Amino acid sequence: MTLSRFELFSPAHLDEAVALLKEKGKDTFVMAGGTDLLIKRRHQIIHPKTIVSLKKIDGLNRISFSRNKGLVIGATALLADVARHRTILKHYPAIARAATNTANVQIRNMGTLVGNLCNASPAADNAPTLLAMNAELNITGPRGERVLPLEDFFLGPGATALQPAEIVTSVVVPLPLPGSGTAYLHLSARGRIDCSAASTGVSLTLKKSRVNSARIFIGACGPTPLRMPKAEAQLINQKVTQATAEKAGLAASGESKPISDVRANEDYRSRMVAVLVKRAIIEAYGLARENK
Amino acid sequence: MKHEITLRVNNDTYSLAIDPWRTLNEVLREDLNLTGTKLGCGSGDCGACTVIVDGRSVSSCLTLAVEMDQKEIMTVEGLAPSGEKLHPIQESFIEKGAIQCGFCTPGMELSAYHLLSQNPHPSETEIRESLSGNLCRCTGYTKIVEAIEASADKMKPRKRKGRKK
Repeated sequence: MTLSRFELFSPAHLDEAVALLKEKGKDTFVMAGGTDLLIKRRHQIIHPKTIVSLKKIDGLNRISFSRNKGLVIGATALLADVARHRTILKHYPAIARAATNTANVQIRNMGTLVGNLCNASPAADNAPTLLAMNAELNITGPRGERVLPLEDFFLGPGATALQPAEIVTSVVVPLPLPGSGTAYLHLSARGRIDCSAASTGVSLTLKKSRVNSARIFIGACGPTPLRMPKAEAQLINQKVTQATAEKAGLAASGESKPISDVRANEDYRSRMVAVLVKRAIIEAYGLARENK
Repeated sequence: MKHEITLRVNNDTYSLAIDPWRTLNEVLREDLNLTGTKLGCGSGDCGACTVIVDGRSVSSCLTLAVEMDQKEIMTVEGLAPSGEKLHPIQESFIEKGAIQCGFCTPGMELSAYHLLSQNPHPSETEIRESLSGNLCRCTGYTKIVEAIEASADKMKPRKRKGRKK
């Protein structure tokens, strides 16, 4: 087994990183934590000739928060730091929970939240919550900067809307509105270390105890994380009860597109979508009612 | 092209010229002869290759050595630098019978070291969660958990209520 040999660049500035990606072209990869990239190389799924590491770029590992800008998580911020960041635990507990549920201690000490998104696994632990919370990505490329809703980012397993030589520099999450709540739930065969067999992120915003808006996403049950509009429609203008949550869960199950693989089979997954979505709706509703 | 790097491992400093694709695990074992760090799966699942970098536990099999330039690395050899007096974590592993074949032990001990540096008195659940990235195929984990509990008490005895700090 011969693994690819590559050049490694660790530029100090973002412009240099973009220029390198453009110049080197084919078989060039961006690396943040490396926990997906180097495994894919080892399994010979990719054969990098050039790797551009983002770790030396100043400030890219920053996590910042302000009430008007919301939460900004930089591209090289570690999952371990997201999981125990005080502001995230206070204002965005579902994001911290999803980060805590990603892989194991060592991987969280190396891997990044933005990297988890850019790897674009349908099972990415951090995607459903961020999607439910209306996150956006800051992207820098040869033509400058752009902002892309996370909802438009995932195109298929391992495929994203990134253009050649573009780099995601951060993910931005608006401050949750008063009367809103977000829940994240997931299931996997061995509890922690393995990928989710099904997951969901649910965000509800209430008006006088009734659901004013709902964003429901599921992970690992389709080619990308999927939005569940029929399930959301079941909740609008409703008070959430066991019965309404169950109806929405069943709607989500119908909308999901699971496959059978090593982690779970199709039938189990679609049944679990109903259960997870129901439970997450009830949890998000409870949180929304407390968050006045 | 080789990169000139300075590795600081267990308080020793090494100047090396390293190919960019080589992992920290390879360099520790092959260049520095620090074979206490094991290589298991090579994919970040088993934890046998765990080392501490700047105070955090990481998988050395998924870490490029070049990226470790100027960082503080601790391997299992660094737990007992004299080679004679064992670290309390190591003592407890022996006392509790937490070692059978021993292959997972360096990684287990460094995961325990990382946990106890952040949380000196973890609960059993916290200990088990902290070992989520370390596989053992011999002992069934119970004795490892007991060893970590015992070493926590040795390293930082619990303060009794009512006593001044």
